[in-house]
Amino acid sequence: MKYIDEFRDGDLARGLSAAIRQAAVPARSYHFMEFCGGHTHAISRYGVADLLPDNVRMIHGPGCPVCVLPVGRVDMAIRLALDCGVTLCTYGDTLRVPASDSLSLMKAKARGGDIRMVYSSADALKVAQANPEKQVVFFAIGFETTTPPTAVAIKQAQALGLKNFSVLCCHVLTPSAISTILESPEVRQWGTVPLDGFIGPAHVSTIIGSQPYEFFAEEYRKPVVIAGFEPLDVMQAILMLVKQVNEGRAVVENEFSRAVTREGNVKAQNLVAEVFELRRQFEWRGLNVVPYSGLKIRKEFAEFDAEQRFPVAYVSVADNRACECGAILRGVKKPQDCKLFGTVCTPENPVGSCMVSSEGACAAHYTYGRYKDFQ
Amino acid sequence: MCLALPCKVVAIDGETATIDVSGMKKDISLALLDDVAVGDYVIVHVGYALTKLDPDEAEKTLALFAEMGEQAMAEAAREIH
Amino acid sequence: MSEVKRGYVRPLDIRHGRIDLSHGSGGRAMAQLIEELFAAAFDNEFLRQGNDGATLPVPAGGRLVMAADAHVVSPLFFPGGDIGCLSVHGTINDVAVMGAKPLWLSASFILEEGFPLADLKRIVESMASAAKDAGVPIVTGDTKVVEQGKGDGVFITTTGVGVVPDGRELSGDRARPGDAILVSGTLGDHGMAIMAERESLGFSAPIESDTAALHGLIEALLASGADVRVLRDPTRGGLATTLNEIARQSKVGMMLQEKSLPVNPEVAAACEFLGLDPLYVANEGKLVVIVAPEDAEQALAALRAHPLGARAAAVGTVHEDPHHFVQMTTAFGGKRIVDWLTGEQLPRIC
Repeated sequence: MKYIDEFRDGDLARGLSAAIRQAAVPARSYHFMEFCGGHTHAISRYGVADLLPDNVRMIHGPGCPVCVLPVGRVDMAIRLALDCGVTLCTYGDTLRVPASDSLSLMKAKARGGDIRMVYSSADALKVAQANPEKQVVFFAIGFETTTPPTAVAIKQAQALGLKNFSVLCCHVLTPSAISTILESPEVRQWGTVPLDGFIGPAHVSTIIGSQPYEFFAEEYRKPVVIAGFEPLDVMQAILMLVKQVNEGRAVVENEFSRAVTREGNVKAQNLVAEVFELRRQFEWRGLNVVPYSGLKIRKEFAEFDAEQRFPVAYVSVADNRACECGAILRGVKKPQDCKLFGTVCTPENPVGSCMVSSEGACAAHYTYGRYKDFQ
Repeated sequence: MCLALPCKVVAIDGETATIDVSGMKKDISLALLDDVAVGDYVIVHVGYALTKLDPDEAEKTLALFAEMGEQAMAEAAREIH
Repeated sequence: MSEVKRGYVRPLDIRHGRIDLSHGSGGRAMAQLIEELFAAAFDNEFLRQGNDGATLPVPAGGRLVMAADAHVVSPLFFPGGDIGCLSVHGTINDVAVMGAKPLWLSASFILEEGFPLADLKRIVESMASAAKDAGVPIVTGDTKVVEQGKGDGVFITTTGVGVVPDGRELSGDRARPGDAILVSGTLGDHGMAIMAERESLGFSAPIESDTAALHGLIEALLASGADVRVLRDPTRGGLATTLNEIARQSKVGMMLQEKSLPVNPEVAAACEFLGLDPLYVANEGKLVVIVAPEDAEQALAALRAHPLGARAAAVGTVHEDPHHFVQMTTAFGGKRIVDWLTGEQLPRIC
């Protein structure tokens, strides 16, 4: 596969591994957070950590839209399907996420809910067109990457005059989550966040560009390197971060220049701005309520807003008290430090957000790396 | 993450493009992108092209990987001698 | 010709006809369906006995192996096969991986009211031809009809009986440290062929199901004299799940080499697109072989000499591990676990 296989080359990886070893100053340690689940996935699946020196540690951030989706939002989707009798269209990712009352969308389907997996927002629109007698709701999750396709679907529904299509909007924003990690009050409780830099999102950045990260580099003096999701991209970004730290620099660098510009995709940004506006606050699983971190559908498109059309209100559901996801997401603790990890909380029965999808820090460690705990 | 893949555009019909990855074909939407031509590589997420892939930048990045590695290997070899 | 036809019955209207509840009622319509469709296609001396069960000769020596397999698949017809041949191959393979020679099959059909007879005929003929090619006759069967909405067109349950020679011991608990792990060909073809056909995903890919009866390949492998410890067909859950089952049964660990895993490029591309891992995608005509280290080359050569094993590869080794982890050295140069499948393999967007 062109532009994929070349970026997974094992020989080049050995070279970059040697370069990182030489660049990393033995006397100090480096803690970098990869914000995105995509990077977490690449690190785990390709065994990138095995190619890093011991003093370079990767901390898995909250950039997995499934992990950070609060239980209360999945509950809303389930109520739409079971109580309001809508046809709920969802990406495959959310089907197994545990919700209240021992339910999930998969289990709600087994109870008779008309829940359908779609690959694209456009497919949800097709379901609405094909079933004019049914109310069809698209369960829209995801970061800035996934938001523009939802905006397109809403605009198309308007153009087609569809009366039976609406969206349960759960889209969230990357920069506000990064801010929360850097400055939330919980950080004081756990101590200083030992973060020396960030690997910035790949595909989110194709839309929003590299410019939004400049604030973090300047305000918090943290280097940011935007990197692609292939393992060589991750290695190169780590090398670039190590060099920035060594040189005392804190700027935004772009390793993923083949797809990311400073400005991003302006057409997509404009579409999103036309259809969505900021929510005053949105609850993230594992990060609590984050101000101005989520999107809602603008008044002009209210007829396509499932929250306006159906009587479902958001009810917050507290995380398990013993769950350490908050500390793990901020890099203060490791998955193995949590009492629930691998005992009560497993990929089959996730308790905390970090175990929900294979991209979460805990699930990634459980699924790909737990052998290291027994060595 | 946001699962997205570089795909080659092999046909365009209005806002719809057909992409090909190793023989696997799919129709995707170009609603988010202007100026796409047959032969371009686009990054596709949930059936939408997000951005064009810049082949020159891709080559430069790969060349940089190789250069960084070669320098490091040469350095390592010097240390051994 | 048949008893029913001699009684002035109109022949089945295969082209336009559909299954209705009378085809499962036990009356004349059911007898006609069985006569004209099933018995005509599967015809053999045991079915011709015309009784509720088949009377079969007791094999001389060896032990009997019996395996049952229920088949539900959507879509019913897919590139490279259909539910009919799949239901024959699947059960033959379950018997064959025990080291047994498959002898007979039974087939039970649950048909949904409204199912087109033309589709049923296609499926039955595909079963008949698969059974004939494999040399394993369908000797008895049953048909039931459920109301519309209570089935998915057709469900087929097949049972296979075979005989394994005395002294041949193949079992999931026989893998030993040092053993080699072989696969008979490319991974994930069946699962991705099915997934690509599902309308909602909108893919077109030149991927064909690998559905095939493996007893010939297995006979060739065992005839090579290699000391084979375990045979399995990595169906649902793919290679990863099959190896985890064997590791647990045998109380060993395994190390795979990612570079050695054979995967067709189209399958790899479709997996990338949907966020799936070919290690977890179903196969219906592939074999996992665990063999004594000194016989690995010989076993590999025997597999490769057979048309169904042309792309066979040695993909890893067995080692001691109290935690029974299946691990993999990635093509990238790192290590990771190849875990049990969590839940179901679902296409994902993140």
